[in-house]
Amino acid sequence: MTSDIAVQAEGLVKEFGEVKALDGIDLTVNRGQVVGLLGPNGAGKTTTVRILSTLLQPTSGRATVAGFDVVKQPDEVRRVIGLTGQYAAVDEYLTGRENLRMFGDLYHLAPSYVKERSAELLDWFDLTDAADRPAKTYSGGMRRRLDLAASLVAQPSILFLDEPTTGLDPRSRLGLWGVIENLVAQGTTVLLTTQYLEEADQLAEDIVVIDHGRVIAHGTSEQLKDQIGGDRVEVTVVDPAAVGRAADALRSVSSGDPLVEELRVSAPVSGGSTILVDAIRALDLQGVEVTDLQLRRPTLDDVFMSLTGHAAEDEVAPAPKKGRRRGKRGGEAA
Amino acid sequence: MSTLTMNAPVTMRRPIYGWTIHDGLVVARRNLIQTVRVPELLFFSLVQPVIFVLLFAYVFGGAIPIPGDTASDAYRQYLMPGIFGQTVAFAAASSTVGLAEDMHKGLIDRFRALPMAPPAVLIGRTLADAVRQILVLLVLSITGYLVGWRIDNGLLNAIYAYALLLLFAYTVAWIGAWIGLYMPNPETANTAGLVWLFPLTFLSNAFVPLSSLPGALQVIAAWNPISALVLACRELFGNPTGAGGDYWPLQHPQLYTIVSCVVLIAIFSTLSVRRYRRTTSR
Repeated sequence: MTSDIAVQAEGLVKEFGEVKALDGIDLTVNRGQVVGLLGPNGAGKTTTVRILSTLLQPTSGRATVAGFDVVKQPDEVRRVIGLTGQYAAVDEYLTGRENLRMFGDLYHLAPSYVKERSAELLDWFDLTDAADRPAKTYSGGMRRRLDLAASLVAQPSILFLDEPTTGLDPRSRLGLWGVIENLVAQGTTVLLTTQYLEEADQLAEDIVVIDHGRVIAHGTSEQLKDQIGGDRVEVTVVDPAAVGRAADALRSVSSGDPLVEELRVSAPVSGGSTILVDAIRALDLQGVEVTDLQLRRPTLDDVFMSLTGHAAEDEVAPAPKKGRRRGKRGGEAA
Repeated sequence: MSTLTMNAPVTMRRPIYGWTIHDGLVVARRNLIQTVRVPELLFFSLVQPVIFVLLFAYVFGGAIPIPGDTASDAYRQYLMPGIFGQTVAFAAASSTVGLAEDMHKGLIDRFRALPMAPPAVLIGRTLADAVRQILVLLVLSITGYLVGWRIDNGLLNAIYAYALLLLFAYTVAWIGAWIGLYMPNPETANTAGLVWLFPLTFLSNAFVPLSSLPGALQVIAAWNPISALVLACRELFGNPTGAGGDYWPLQHPQLYTIVSCVVLIAIFSTLSVRRYRRTTSR
């Protein structure tokens, strides 16, 4: 229990009938760390979280959470984790306060503690005014906050957040990010799944990119960006006939070959923002009229594109279609 | 944003009756709160059996003779225990729909990720659905009284009859719960939760005397636990029983009711808990 490792998975495989949802996932989350599990729909993110939170049994491989084996010691695991899924899993007929009380009772916490803790969480999540209204009357963002509050009643040391902001408006999303950052600052370990690159970039120190049930890249956001090269200068021309001359101009200032996509020409550069001045001079010399010129840092989108050959937020059809019955039992293999 | 205090959580002492019952009661309380929060649902679940009483008493009543009783209100006396039996059987449907909804909304995932006793969600569901039947039976009894039904065999026997009805409600709730765990969505559960209840309740002595049924159906109806339940209630309430026929369950209706309930609960609670451990939300 004094180990620095909070979550460890080794060679996790999960098959639903014919379909391999996970194909050997290795994962380590250190205590106090935030790890983002990033991938498109159907990549295996939710399946991974379900196995780690004892909801599903892996076909093979093993995993420990807080040192407890998820298959052999599920009750010990459940006592130290909090889980917030893709849906706001709260009872909509109960009030916010009644929901927290129910979950506190089911964690076998003392009634006086549950009462105090619920009031504190409702306050912290800005739900005090709505505390005694049925959750049915809450907005989407309020429900998510209540859902997250419910997973915090027993002060879990490890939190699994499965796409915590999917379907939220930008303001609620920012609010929830603030809450998560706050929890992390207080020492909670977080494993977070997301298909939003921005979210992984914002919250996670360590990002694990998965696709088709496999880990395809792993590192900090900076490391992943470095993997596909540094900055690029990008220019959009007015006249399609000028594309060739623009490429020549960029070649004279860049450290590699320019890439042409319709009216846009880009090239890898090094040397910071003064390079823009050189680029403008070179373009002017060639008589190229431009509508846009910028220096771009690679985003995680670029990383994803270069690693998988498709964009992160594309709907990716899972390879073969699942058998109806088996597929349903497993739920979404997202 | 302020920080949360991080006082270590204070846990409860394990109750002497164990966590399973504690957790089951917590879930049952939650399901009963739902009943109060959606009074419309409760209202219509009361209206349906009341309509049945009125329809059968006034529309079919005159056409169905009761063997061994020629009094003009014999059918109404005969009918009420049948309606009681049918109504409590329909408690199963709310267990089916309730669990399907919990799965659909992701609540089952949350429950399964808690360190709670695995059967608690199912115990809470079935218990709440059976408890709700107390109110239903009360309203039905008043309706029955208004159309001329009477308790004619002492209060203790009547209480015993109501207890058998609630035991039966709890039994079918487990069957309903088991079905609910297989439902892909609440809409399917709405239909699937009901279909099996119609043959179950009509292939019995609930509405017509057994002697009016053809041979093979008569045997099925005689062994149908609802027939024994309804006959036991008729005897305990002091209502006309119709001719029982030569079937063992109908010669020992109380014993057969209790035994079949215990056996069915044992079977379906085992199947349901096993299914629950493997199920996930969809």
